[in-house]
Amino acid sequence: MPPLLKLILIRVGLGLLTLFLVSVVVFAATQALPGDTARAILGKEAADKARYEALRKQLGLDRPIHEQYIEWLGGVVTGDMGDSLVQDEPVTKLLGRRVVNTFTLVFVAAVLSVPISLLLGSLTALKRDTLFDTSITVGSLSLAALPEFVIGIALILFFATQVLKGAMPAVSRVDPGLPIYQQLKLFILPAVTLTLAVAPYILRILRASTIEVLESEYVMMARLKGLPERLVLNRHALPNALAPALQVTALNLAWLAGGVVVVEYLFAFPGIGSLLVDSVANRDMPMVQAICLIIAAVYVLANLTADILTILVSPRLRTGLR
Amino acid sequence: MAREAAPAGEREAVLKVHGLRIVLDPSGVDIDDEVSLQIHRGEVLGLVGESASGKTTVGTSLLNYQRRGAKIEAGRIEIDGQDVLSMSTEALRKIRGGAISYVPQDSSASLNPALRIGKQLLEILEIHGFGESQADREARRAEMMAEVLLPSDEQFLRRYPHQLSGGQQQRVAIAMAFANRPRIIVLDEPTTALDVTTQAHVLDTVRDLTRSYGVAALYITHDLAVVANLADRIAVMYAGRLVEVGTRDELFDEGHHPYSRKLLASIPDITGERALRGIRGWAPRPGQRPSGCTFAPRCDWVIDKCRAEYPPVEEVSPGHTVRCWRYKEVGAQAGVFETVELRDKSLSQRAADVREVISVRDVDAYYQHKKTLHDINTSLSERHCLSLVGESGSGKTTLARCIAGLHPHRIVGDIEFNGKRLAREARDRPRATRQAIQYIFQNPYSSLNPRKTIGQILSQPLGVFFDLSRSETEDRMADVLEKVALDASLLSRYPDQLSGGERQRVAIARGLAAEPTVLICDEVTSWLDVSVQAAIIELLASLQRDMGLSMLFVTHNLALVRSISQEVAVMTEGRIVEFGLVDAVLEDPQADYTKKLLSDTPTV
Repeated sequence: MPPLLKLILIRVGLGLLTLFLVSVVVFAATQALPGDTARAILGKEAADKARYEALRKQLGLDRPIHEQYIEWLGGVVTGDMGDSLVQDEPVTKLLGRRVVNTFTLVFVAAVLSVPISLLLGSLTALKRDTLFDTSITVGSLSLAALPEFVIGIALILFFATQVLKGAMPAVSRVDPGLPIYQQLKLFILPAVTLTLAVAPYILRILRASTIEVLESEYVMMARLKGLPERLVLNRHALPNALAPALQVTALNLAWLAGGVVVVEYLFAFPGIGSLLVDSVANRDMPMVQAICLIIAAVYVLANLTADILTILVSPRLRTGLR
Repeated sequence: MAREAAPAGEREAVLKVHGLRIVLDPSGVDIDDEVSLQIHRGEVLGLVGESASGKTTVGTSLLNYQRRGAKIEAGRIEIDGQDVLSMSTEALRKIRGGAISYVPQDSSASLNPALRIGKQLLEILEIHGFGESQADREARRAEMMAEVLLPSDEQFLRRYPHQLSGGQQQRVAIAMAFANRPRIIVLDEPTTALDVTTQAHVLDTVRDLTRSYGVAALYITHDLAVVANLADRIAVMYAGRLVEVGTRDELFDEGHHPYSRKLLASIPDITGERALRGIRGWAPRPGQRPSGCTFAPRCDWVIDKCRAEYPPVEEVSPGHTVRCWRYKEVGAQAGVFETVELRDKSLSQRAADVREVISVRDVDAYYQHKKTLHDINTSLSERHCLSLVGESGSGKTTLARCIAGLHPHRIVGDIEFNGKRLAREARDRPRATRQAIQYIFQNPYSSLNPRKTIGQILSQPLGVFFDLSRSETEDRMADVLEKVALDASLLSRYPDQLSGGERQRVAIARGLAAEPTVLICDEVTSWLDVSVQAAIIELLASLQRDMGLSMLFVTHNLALVRSISQEVAVMTEGRIVEFGLVDAVLEDPQADYTKKLLSDTPTV
């Protein structure tokens, strides 16, 4: 078997193991939440002991926890995440469109943030200690210091409600009846918020790793060989600066999948993040479990991709595979 | 050994440097000052000095390159009459790697880890437009690979730098430097990181190539022995200034500067005639240099005038210049090798009927599943020093670590201490044993915790092994510092405030603080300048005698062993190939490997 394929298979296996452990934790955590689903559904009527017990029985909440877990896990593996307790429809059906919305949002944010931060990261390193570098550094540090909801609110104030009134919609209620490309405007503000939240980290790591590479002896050697500066950078410096940045980029993209929760809530965006918030509030356990698993899967996948890419761009790692 | 060196002026000077001054930017503190030198066609000039003397800075300045934070403030550098310092960026780019090329100290760090070596070699030819076609350049590349004795098949050229050995990497760097048939080449300690055998090969290659291409070369090193058989002329640098410049023979036989003579005396003598003498103190860094003659604090010839004023350049004979107020008196002395003390040969005699402290019997050791030591049998005698000599990968450090209880993998066989079998791991050994066997590591830059003061570092073994009051601890610390010739005022300092030699003395003091009977020294001088190495060896030899220590001295440098030990074991590929008294082994080696090692060790 080619070593790279072997490595990928091992890592995929480890990823699945991680997801399994996550499923245990998620399940246990939902059990630990105060009040159960039956009480949540019945509300005040839960005072009626008989009705409460009947509903618990109907929902299977009276069975031992491990039985409940095994049944749930069996469903997850076969693509049946159970029914939403609140809306009485299959979780997968309710999730479908929202997953598409969220992934579109994350994708737009990634497409914006990755090139911008890679470009600014390497430029600030090249123009180290100039006014350009200092202002980008101060700006990115300030952004990194702000929670994403503050950035979001500032954007809303500026583009939607105060300064440029109505330039952008303040809420992003994506209509499930229309295709996404007809409503892209609704994605802009949330995507920009996410971009501003994530880009500073990638930018700063790339700046640091580019500076390290520029100070390296092989870059000095490339200059002493008489290479034009363009080649020194493109062939010798930047490819070597990319590997550390890959890991941070992946971590941040993975963070986006979880970080959307707050931003979606802020913009009333119909994605999995806002759905997660609602589901927790409603004790809609099958839904919470499904969303947590999706977010965890994105994390695992992003890190796996970053590791494999890092190996591909680092000859030392690639040739060291056995 | 004397070689024909045409007097300056008769041959064309390829490189002329005049009044070069390089300073730290922005502080303006000088790194180098008043550096003037010439190198002629086909000539090798050795630029010799200790760490921090500013020699690398001079080397890269010839290519008009400065590291961040340094700048050339004054002076002229001409290559074939062209002023390098006033060139346009484009002209400079053309000359770098073209007319002048550079071989770095550590080629493992200066080859791009992400590019195949074939590509890196081709690149320098492409950039400078070598030949008519790609085929020409590939042919040239194959030619260069052959000249540095490397294969040039596709499979080898497709390797990445990390897939090459250190010697191969350095050859690639040399091939690259000669690729465009430069007029002058700067070699910055290209062999420091290499074993003696590899070093000998690299030096041969450099010698052959400079001759056959008629290239002028600047060879930068801290080790006079390395350039002894390579350089036509030698420039000795101290604290950023050239203190003496002359032909090889002028420098070696009639050095007129006390520093030149001291440097010579610190070269370990493989013939065992001379005593090894270090230079006290260390070379001051930029910004810490005293006024007047910068060498005055370390000089035996110092007079009041030296402290007041830096001496001017004096001409001893045409082409031989020196900067010392008392150069005439210094030069009037007989040659260094006639005046130095002879080694006390009784010190390398082995006493009769001594007890074995450490006995190693039929030991095999593994690294994971690979056997790295084969059938080792040796012993360390009480109050004697055994040198363990070999190149990297020979297993010498592994054996030392097995004895110290620091080998984390399987060991088969018996290692005994005073007749009792030692547990494999130090933590399973009784406290008294751990106290009795102390280990000093190779690299003093990483063996001392940078967050602890020297006092905290020294109090650690005292706290572990002894039950002492505070004042007793302080007395003991002052005591061990005195033993290693350091001042007690260092106790409150941190390791990064000390020079390499001082750090290694602290590491030795830490070992001594435990009051051991066995001291294991693992390549303790390999990170140090030759001048500092000599001082450390002197110190260790006297400590071993005075304190009655049994010492295991691990080294790759065969030239050192006579200055310190009575017995020697030569190792290669995980086996001891020769074991005996130092004088016997060095005068009449039996194993082929020992003979080869002896012939590859540079001598003066």
